[in-house]
Amino acid sequence: MISSDISTVLPEIVLAVFAMGALMFAVYTGKDKTAPMILWLTAMVLAGIGIWVAISGNGSRVAFGGAFVDDAFSRYAKVIILLSASAILLMSQDYMTKRGLMLFEFPILVALAVVGMMMMVSAGDLMALYMGLELQSLSLYVVAALRRDSVKSTEAGLKYFVLGALSSGLLLYGASLTYGFAGTTLFSGIITTVEAGHVPLGMLFGLVFIAAGLAFKVSAAPFHMWTPDVYEGSPTPVTAFFATAPKIAAMGLFARVLYDAFGNAVADWSQILAFLSVASMFLGAVAAIGQRNIKRLMAYSSIAHMGFALMGLASGTVFGVQAMLVYMAIYVTMNIGTFAFILSMEKDGQPVTDIDSLNMYSKHDPLRAVAMMVLLFSLAGVPPLVGFFGKYYVLLAAVQAGMSWLAIAGVVASVIGAFYYLRIVYFMYFGEEGDMLDKAKSPILWGFLMASAAIMVVGVVNLFGIEGFAAAAAETLVR
Amino acid sequence: MTLTAFAFYVFAITVVTSGLFVVVSKNPVHSVLWLILSFLSSAGLFVLLGAEFVAMLLVIVYVGAVAVLFLFVVMMLDVDFAELKAEMAKYVPLALLIGVVLLMQLGMVLGTWTSSEAAMDLRGAVAPAIEGTHNTAALGRLIYDDYIYLFQAAGLILLVAMIGAIVLTLRHRPNIKRQNVMAQMHRDPAKAMELKDMKPGQGL
Repeated sequence: MISSDISTVLPEIVLAVFAMGALMFAVYTGKDKTAPMILWLTAMVLAGIGIWVAISGNGSRVAFGGAFVDDAFSRYAKVIILLSASAILLMSQDYMTKRGLMLFEFPILVALAVVGMMMMVSAGDLMALYMGLELQSLSLYVVAALRRDSVKSTEAGLKYFVLGALSSGLLLYGASLTYGFAGTTLFSGIITTVEAGHVPLGMLFGLVFIAAGLAFKVSAAPFHMWTPDVYEGSPTPVTAFFATAPKIAAMGLFARVLYDAFGNAVADWSQILAFLSVASMFLGAVAAIGQRNIKRLMAYSSIAHMGFALMGLASGTVFGVQAMLVYMAIYVTMNIGTFAFILSMEKDGQPVTDIDSLNMYSKHDPLRAVAMMVLLFSLAGVPPLVGFFGKYYVLLAAVQAGMSWLAIAGVVASVIGAFYYLRIVYFMYFGEEGDMLDKAKSPILWGFLMASAAIMVVGVVNLFGIEGFAAAAAETLVR
Repeated sequence: MTLTAFAFYVFAITVVTSGLFVVVSKNPVHSVLWLILSFLSSAGLFVLLGAEFVAMLLVIVYVGAVAVLFLFVVMMLDVDFAELKAEMAKYVPLALLIGVVLLMQLGMVLGTWTSSEAAMDLRGAVAPAIEGTHNTAALGRLIYDDYIYLFQAAGLILLVAMIGAIVLTLRHRPNIKRQNVMAQMHRDPAKAMELKDMKPGQGL
């Protein structure tokens, strides 16, 4: 039994052992001098495991008595998590070295956070869910406060930690209520204790608390308060990381809990998610209008995007889950490109985050301006770019599930939200003449920006076949 | 009232009361002492449940190590808790309101609480048979056998906490003298010390 268990969790074990090995190596050799090497190595290992997970394994397997589930859904989420974490690590090297933040612990903490995320999307038990979530969150709290001589970064870390602890408390309380009702922490056991259509009050409270705790983690309104401050205060590569991999992990976990454990209570949680979705979309769209700092703006943008992804989940159908998965993949790709651009925004060697500094950027560097414009249009959901198709799928899922009002709200929020994306484009093309940003030099950032923008254009042909994988993943989750 | 029931009420009331005092005490050191009392009483509750091992663990780990560590931290940190409390006092009415509403809602849940019919069986299915298995052995089998995955994950979380504490607080200050044990041990008495013959009334 144990050998098959271990072979099921082998990708996680390999990554965890690599992180511990790298830690020992760095501590006993050159300490921070080895940091660039470890960063590259970690990125390679993450990408390698991502490819390994993608091509290995088919069908569904469970390990450790059901606490760990390896199926098409978890593999889909894991591949995106691993590849995006790898990309963000590669992008971060330049920035971290320049600001003296190149600590060897940074890539190691990212690797451990990724282990936690992989555990999250594979969780088949409330305890495994919590363990994965805490492993991920603790690593993220530390990297948020990485720039410890900056008040903002420390504040970001502390705020994230305190609010994260609060949300973990809510989640645990919900988990204990659920256990109190069901008598088991296994998702497969919980689902058997709920009769379809009839959910007892205690179980419902458990569900609501768990949903509130998870909504914190995906930064859905009204549990979003930490997001702008943490995004602004953290070092930019860390912000980029926050905006990508943890979001997929939390979303994947959300979907897994709702379907695996509460799959018989779709009508009950669907309205909670619909509310979260509407609140997030509108808050993300409206609150970002007043923002001048591009990192805060991206925070509100991510809140709005989470609202759209939750819309897919709220529809409670196989197609809804598929739409959510496609949406998250597109969201991550767009964010990697956008943050590659933000990371290269510098004036006199210092990072700038003010959107006014982008005035007339198109004259200065036309190619990058075009790439950024494509990404911003895609983020806003303007057809015919790929970002539009992501939104189209979730809206379609909502309409098919008979939630037309939700879809209409989504369209309205999307139109409001388009304003602040387009304003950046306006600044880049028609802004006033002003001080120019430094010429961006890093070829890695250039590569990621261009690749991401190219995907947004070329992907409209068939979305690189991601729909098929998402459909298979959704099929295994929703039974 | 049987002795067990009496003991339960004594311990339960002590836990709740001391928990309340942990929160409301003015002096943080008193809070920690109340916390120790509540840990001890909950250990009593565990003994009543027949979970001796957990009870002993609570006394040894929580009272013996954690609470004492708290006490040290509270005594050593120079935090003006009175000032913090004054800041908090502004939010007390709102917090109370929310707390009371939440409490009432949870009370309503408790009033209509039902467990699933399968819950008892499911709960029992995890644990080894009660007869003939020692508390400690049963826990060991659960933690290191059935829940090895969660146990290892907890280990990773502790590792992250340790790395985090070091990353965020350790500062290597340059230009300070550190003890070098090897250099100390390899000092040669013949070279380290020099004897001078001093004549009376003369300096060196």
